[in-house]
Amino acid sequence: MPNFIDRRLNPKDKSLGNRQRFLKRAREELKRVIKDQVKSDRIIDVDAAHGVPMPTDGATEPTFQPSRGSGERNYVLPGNKEFSAGDRLPKPEAGGGGGGKGRPGTGESDDDFQFILSREEVLDLFFEDLELPDMVKLSLKETVTFKPRRAGFATAGTPTNINVGRTMRNSFGRRLALHRPKEKELIAIADEIAQLEAEPEVSAKDRLRLKELRSELERIEKKRRRIPYVDPVDIRFNRFEQQPLPNANAVMFCLMDVSASMGEREKDLAKRFFVLLHLFLKRRYERIDIVFIRHTDEAREVDEETFFYSTQSGGTIVSTALEEMIRIVEDRYPSQIWNIYAAQASDGDNIIGDSEHCAALLREKLTKLCQYYAYVEIIDERETEIFGSTDNGTALWRAYRTVDGEKSNFQMTRIAKPADIYPVFRRLFARQPATRTRK
Amino acid sequence: MARRATSGLLFQGSDWNFATLSRAYDAIEQVALEEMGLSVYPNQLEIITSEQMLDAYSSVGMPLMYQHWSFGKRFAYEEHHYRKGHRGLAYELVINSNPCITYLMEENTMAMQALVTAHAAFGHNHFFKNNYLFRQWTDAGAILSYMDFAKKYVMKCEERHGNAAVEAILDSAHALMDQGVFRYRRPPRLSSEKVRERARERLEYEEQTYSDLWRTLPQVAENRDPAEAERDASERKKVLNLPEENLLYFLEKHSLILEPWQRELLRIVRVIAQYFYPQRQTKVMNEGCATFVHYTIINRLYDQGRIGEGHMLELLQSHSNVVFQPDFDDRRYPGINPYALGFAMMQDIQRIATEPTAEDRDWFPSFAGNGDWMETLRDAWANHRDESFILQYLSPAVMRRFRLFHLQDRSSDRFVEVASIHDERGYSAVRSALANSYDVGANQPDIQVMDVDLLGDRQLRLQHNVKRGILLDEGSRDATLRHIRHLWGYEVSLAGVDAQTGRTVYECSTAKKPE
Repeated sequence: MPNFIDRRLNPKDKSLGNRQRFLKRAREELKRVIKDQVKSDRIIDVDAAHGVPMPTDGATEPTFQPSRGSGERNYVLPGNKEFSAGDRLPKPEAGGGGGGKGRPGTGESDDDFQFILSREEVLDLFFEDLELPDMVKLSLKETVTFKPRRAGFATAGTPTNINVGRTMRNSFGRRLALHRPKEKELIAIADEIAQLEAEPEVSAKDRLRLKELRSELERIEKKRRRIPYVDPVDIRFNRFEQQPLPNANAVMFCLMDVSASMGEREKDLAKRFFVLLHLFLKRRYERIDIVFIRHTDEAREVDEETFFYSTQSGGTIVSTALEEMIRIVEDRYPSQIWNIYAAQASDGDNIIGDSEHCAALLREKLTKLCQYYAYVEIIDERETEIFGSTDNGTALWRAYRTVDGEKSNFQMTRIAKPADIYPVFRRLFARQPATRTRK
Repeated sequence: MARRATSGLLFQGSDWNFATLSRAYDAIEQVALEEMGLSVYPNQLEIITSEQMLDAYSSVGMPLMYQHWSFGKRFAYEEHHYRKGHRGLAYELVINSNPCITYLMEENTMAMQALVTAHAAFGHNHFFKNNYLFRQWTDAGAILSYMDFAKKYVMKCEERHGNAAVEAILDSAHALMDQGVFRYRRPPRLSSEKVRERARERLEYEEQTYSDLWRTLPQVAENRDPAEAERDASERKKVLNLPEENLLYFLEKHSLILEPWQRELLRIVRVIAQYFYPQRQTKVMNEGCATFVHYTIINRLYDQGRIGEGHMLELLQSHSNVVFQPDFDDRRYPGINPYALGFAMMQDIQRIATEPTAEDRDWFPSFAGNGDWMETLRDAWANHRDESFILQYLSPAVMRRFRLFHLQDRSSDRFVEVASIHDERGYSAVRSALANSYDVGANQPDIQVMDVDLLGDRQLRLQHNVKRGILLDEGSRDATLRHIRHLWGYEVSLAGVDAQTGRTVYECSTAKKPE
């Protein structure tokens, strides 16, 4: 009879430690690969498991290996069909494998080896050195939700908070120290008095004794009254302190122009940016609400599906979206409770005269309500050269430009192609807000 | 076979439970021990999940292993291929230990569990216990406690010296694993736990009582002349036991910079390399033996009416998958399948022993027709490794069946030449060429420590004996040399010397870039 052992219930992930060591080792390379992948075309996929090629730089294990193209080798192979001794065959092309050559080296099979990173690992690498701007963290500390937390004992408080254990401990100590007569003594004396009184014949000695006992009883009873069982000085209350909690609620407003001038390309770029922002915020906050507002010449709050996919046409009045946002904030997201983020994407077109109104709204209201407001202008690739990073541009750009100088929680930037998005995103959320380029 | 009863089946259906496992084990054991005369370590069968099997894969099949990133890399690699369906997991994994541990996958059907039990718990187990290489080079009784020690020791080092420091040493040691075995002399036995414990205590005592004063004693002034230097060199070689083929052993004992704990780490890696060395030399025999044993046992059980026909079909299908050998021009050709070659040769030995042809009598006079095939096989399993086994037992019949041919590839020629094929003139040549290709010692680069000038520049001189003009891949060579330098502490040079002519083919060093 052999020894059977059922190992199936043993703890899993025995090799998790090894995996983490490996990831740490290959960290730099994996980071680069993921960024390349995301930059190329697949920002939407960030939020998923990733296959990346096996890292080679940090993770090689060199040994002494015979080089391929030297010396004389002998192979014995099965399955001869037509060869006889002395036949000469042309050498297969290098790396041709298959015919004639021996077993393929392990190097070949490594090439197509994809290494799967989980969603958490991807996001860790992806957002590694990004941080919410510092000023946001400051305002997080000022937030006003409190949670009571036990903090020692107090001599004053409401009766519901009496700590019985503590109170009784104090009372017991006090009674001991002041020699409060015990109930047992009292009963003993009372019994003796009763016994003496019950006797029919009372001798003189007994009478004296009875008198002594009575005065003793009176003394004890007086003392017991003087030293109460529980005194107000004994009483202790549980003390609670109000502990401020960082506000962990955030809401993100996505504002997008869906007027006729925004084509598929522009919308796609805007969407990628929003997705990235969403992912990033999701990692920083326990709970995050997203509000989608799209606008043409009027603004409306819509669901995600409509926001990204349905089309609409019409003129463009940007300020309607800003007003809608202000309305929703006042309605549902009071700024002292919520961290408010907003990102606006547009191609910069606006009805004449509205841009100044937008800038005013932004300056007066929105930058005060929001932790952070980012404006992303999607431009044609050909325009990149013309505008570059100058102040020239659409009316909206020029108007916003004035706000940019004043408010530190407002950022604006331009995107022309998918590859721009990630760098722009990094610039907006780089750990040092001071490094922000202002050309 | 007509008498076959249908009631004595060991199991029905494909689900297994511990009762059927145990019943099948007992029946298999009876055939294995009583009819085949196998001799095995006590068995311990462990049921594991596929994930645990992947775990076991990545830690080189040991149930206990220290932590290192390279195992994480291997795990990712195995997992990838498994998830993609490129390759299935092994049905079992067996560890050369006493008691012999066999892992059975929970996904296996009952019939497969029986096959696997016969294959691993008796085939491999018998081989581990009886083959001379394993008996001489490994200590099945001590390996599990040693691995336990190794795991804890590495963990302790990580706590005391940090992960990075430990990783650096292990990286370098892993690079030299192939050069970390004794090939020619017999290895010292794994010392018992008690002896190692004593050595460690001594080490700790030395650390505690270390006195810096000794370092300040004045050194004896050296006056040297060339003759004396010459004498010194030969003296030194004698003291250091040079040349030394086991680089890890040499570095562990003589490195100038390593701390005691770092030496212990090298020792752990070296012991593990040595433990696996016999397995690398006996792939064909080990798998052949296990396959032959399971094939014989399940057929016997079928004849006894203890395995049903449906299950037998399942087992035969699985068996023929295992021993499938694609031709060299087949897309699936991965090299010669050790299961196929080993099984074919052992079946052939059985045939030669019982019904030999005239040709067999010519080739194998010692056992052709002796009738006792089991004894012949047991003898072969006990006393050979792949190279010698093929050299002695590969018969023309098997060569014809596999249609083996021998190809010669010289780097100077623009063609490869068919040197010999499976015909009367070629049998011997094909056989010895095949045997040579299984000689692990001969096919690995032969690199030895030649000299070291401890009083001078302390350069470590290595020599690569270049056989048949096969050089080393330069990239990995230089990277490996850097690892040696890391362990040695001073410059390391490597000279390639042609084994036949004695001419120096190349030289390189960590001190300067090789040209």
